[in-house]
Amino acid sequence: MSMNSVGRPTRPEAPANDMPTATLTGGRGLLQDEPLIFELGGWDKSGVDLPEATGVDDALDGLLRHDPIGLPGLSEPETMRHYVRLSQKNHAIDLALYPLGSCTMKHNPRLNEKMARLPGFSDIHPLQPVSTVQGALGLMDQLAHWLKTLTGMPAVALSPKAGAHGELCGLLAIRAAHEANGQGHRKTVLAPTSAHGTNPATAAFAGYTVKEIGQTDDGRVDLADLAAKLGPDVAAIMVTNPNTCGLFEREVIEIARLTHEAGAYFYCDGANFNAIVGRVRPGDLGVDAMHINLHKTFSTPHGGGGPGAGPVVLSEALAAYAPTPWVVHDGDSFKLVEHEVEEASAAFGRLTAFNGQMGMYVRALSYMLSHGADGLRQVAEDAVLNANYIKARLSDVMSPAFPDGPCMHEALFDDSWLEGTGVTTLDFAKAMIDEGFHPMTMYFPLVVHGAMLIEPTETESKYELDRFITALRALANAAKAGDVDRFKNAPTQAPLRRLDETLAARKPRLKWTPVSPAPLAAE
Amino acid sequence: MRYLPLTPDDRAEMLSAIGVKSVDDLFVDVPAAARRTGVVDLPLHAGELEVERELSALAARNRTAGSAPFFCGAGAYRHHVPASVDHIIQRSEFLTSYTPYQPEIAQGTLQVLFEFQTQVAALTGLEVANASLYDGSTGAAEAVMMANRITRKGKAVLSGGLHPHYVRSIETLAHAAGVATDTLAAAVDAEAAVIDAIDADTACVVVQTPNVFGTVTDVTAIAEAAHAAGALLIVVTTEAVSYGLLKSPGEMGADIAVAEGQSIGNGLNFGGPYVGLFACREKYMRQIPGRLCGETVDAEGRRGFVLTLSTREQHIRRDKATSNICTNSGLCALAFTIHMSLLGEQGLRRLAALNHDRARKLKAALTAVPGVEVLTERYFNEIAVRLPRDAAEVVETLAGNGVIAGVPYSRLAPTAGMDDVLLLAATELTSDADIALLQKALTKVIAQ
Repeated sequence: MSMNSVGRPTRPEAPANDMPTATLTGGRGLLQDEPLIFELGGWDKSGVDLPEATGVDDALDGLLRHDPIGLPGLSEPETMRHYVRLSQKNHAIDLALYPLGSCTMKHNPRLNEKMARLPGFSDIHPLQPVSTVQGALGLMDQLAHWLKTLTGMPAVALSPKAGAHGELCGLLAIRAAHEANGQGHRKTVLAPTSAHGTNPATAAFAGYTVKEIGQTDDGRVDLADLAAKLGPDVAAIMVTNPNTCGLFEREVIEIARLTHEAGAYFYCDGANFNAIVGRVRPGDLGVDAMHINLHKTFSTPHGGGGPGAGPVVLSEALAAYAPTPWVVHDGDSFKLVEHEVEEASAAFGRLTAFNGQMGMYVRALSYMLSHGADGLRQVAEDAVLNANYIKARLSDVMSPAFPDGPCMHEALFDDSWLEGTGVTTLDFAKAMIDEGFHPMTMYFPLVVHGAMLIEPTETESKYELDRFITALRALANAAKAGDVDRFKNAPTQAPLRRLDETLAARKPRLKWTPVSPAPLAAE
Repeated sequence: MRYLPLTPDDRAEMLSAIGVKSVDDLFVDVPAAARRTGVVDLPLHAGELEVERELSALAARNRTAGSAPFFCGAGAYRHHVPASVDHIIQRSEFLTSYTPYQPEIAQGTLQVLFEFQTQVAALTGLEVANASLYDGSTGAAEAVMMANRITRKGKAVLSGGLHPHYVRSIETLAHAAGVATDTLAAAVDAEAAVIDAIDADTACVVVQTPNVFGTVTDVTAIAEAAHAAGALLIVVTTEAVSYGLLKSPGEMGADIAVAEGQSIGNGLNFGGPYVGLFACREKYMRQIPGRLCGETVDAEGRRGFVLTLSTREQHIRRDKATSNICTNSGLCALAFTIHMSLLGEQGLRRLAALNHDRARKLKAALTAVPGVEVLTERYFNEIAVRLPRDAAEVVETLAGNGVIAGVPYSRLAPTAGMDDVLLLAATELTSDADIALLQKALTKVIAQ
């Protein structure tokens, strides 16, 4: 998850540089414009050969669809070419560094993909008899064991489908625990000003009022402010650690102590677990609940926006409230507990229809087994080393938001070094595209002006880091030298120039329509 | 540690550039009490071959759906997926890209989402669709929250034909948000019973068609009753292939349509990842949860696509956000869209008809088994039957005989008092031989 420039509409400037010589057909080398399938396909064409059905049951009379649906078909070669061409308009981690802070774009091993596609995992139904899926339940049990061991926590709920879903899971467990303990009146959740936007959103969604906790000048939770706001109405605090400024919360044990003393629970946003995996166990810090983005720490692919997976580890105090389903040992075999009534449990309910993201569990376990206990510790060390290397090598040309002390797995800069250049964080990011890099996360965390959050991850080589550093240094020098056009016009080397996000929001056009309406025009 | 490119020399050089002696100096902010010096108590790293061996051994302990006559449905369906679908979604540029926050270099993903939204709107017969949700059940829960926001009323009426896992998912979220739920008793064919439960406080009515027992319902009258009371109609569909044969939710008056899209382009995967389809009337566009992709132009006036209307979303609005969604099922949506592009209008209609055809055969075969009563009258590709014995026991016995005979309703709702009800689905993959084997095995088990 990232706050990358979303909600910060950009308006494209007229191109000031010379246009390339026009081609005869409007083509642009290998970067062809690609029509939509609705413009390419035929209404009577199909890329699938199927036999004809023999008839329809009389009972469906009056329930059948007669009007055209409006779905074009493509032959198989047309389909391949269409989607391969589209794929070429995407940047991806397999092409180059993807330094989105807080999003963790690391190498996605293909072994994981191969394992997830074993029919024994991909071709099993969530509701077939449990006697026929013992391997799948065994895998879930093993994944749970790894997650519990790495975090030092006694329980885990596997089913949440993404980080925010995990946050919801954690808060609902907290709420159920409070209700069971006669503390149902606790209706406030505290979150730092620098929190991921999902934290306050989830808390509000779970029925809580959100209060912000301030932060200190060195980018950490303000303990005095926390102590002042903790009280009998507080149900939980939500703290990201390492936090969104890329820093470890030095006083985290004290935060947990104060929180528990006030009768509240400590929810930790585990989005950045890859920075400490194998070196720090959140259970040792006093955490009560923490989601783990399997796609971030354990390398399952982001796939252009998902699917993710957000298992939540729980402390002893919350374990009983985990949602269904879960796996238990039943003698030599495994049992799947799907309903609260079965075990007379205190489960707060169910978050999703089936067993969660099994395909992601396989990928994550494949990554865990590959790295092992030793490799995962090295993961954290290299992630942190790479980020500090970037911070050190760019600090003389850009302005680190927190120059003193090490950062964790991401390096955070503000835009004070751009002051007076006429170049904004957004312009700088778009110019990075022309140099062959995906931009870093922009304008997040909100507590840092013009933030640029760079997360290299542990799977980048020194060669790639140096290439990136060289490009950013060159851009920084160009900005300071007054080469403003380079930034305002960027990108010029991407499949498209800067896109008008304001127009898209003002006149939403969310689907293709058969009769093309009047051309879009900026107001 | 084949995934970690740094060499010891690299590390030494980098530490020196940073100006610290060892990597431990980079962890100084961790409280001393919480610093772990050794490795945790887990196995050490393993080579590719070893990992393959270990995971393959686990996989081998599962009976795959393709290895036996197979009749499970109840929210997840086994269909044939063309080879090109999986090939394309494994292309690096789709598989290893992130959320398209930089639209200039994410047009591949964005155009796919725009195509997906158009397909989903067409299938559901509604004006606007989003770029997918986690799955059908979380989509249904989000739909209830959305109806609550729109109508500012406090109650959701849930039909007795709604998948019990969907009911639990909705109830869990609704309870958290302070929305009341009125869940009607399970019934094979009683979607219309929700009409009697509608009152002035009803924000929405949630019905499923085909429902969990396989019953297909024309919900037009329910839509009218809901609208007359100022409530919204949410229509849930767990088998998206049915859209190819049956009237769409939009045509029948639905305000919001939610579906599980797994059926098209995606495998069973033991329950996930799946892809939630979500569509609604245009007037509710700004209340829709999740991501939306919109058309726009670039600085040279060329057509392009961006994520839009994200001011509704939680990463912007913080505690004013309208949903718990922070992502979508991008890759699963891509698989859906590719499969749908290959099928086209004719292909989908043919696939749907073929599924229904197979279910007709299944129904005829089950009707011929002494003691079995077919409960579902109007069905698409799934039916419910009543057995003379406990359905879970029958399924377990048949599994021992090599037939995966379907889902006992008690597996979904153990307290519903329907222990003798079995849900069976047939798809284009169900052969005549499969049906014959089921019929034979079931006849034998029931006679015992």
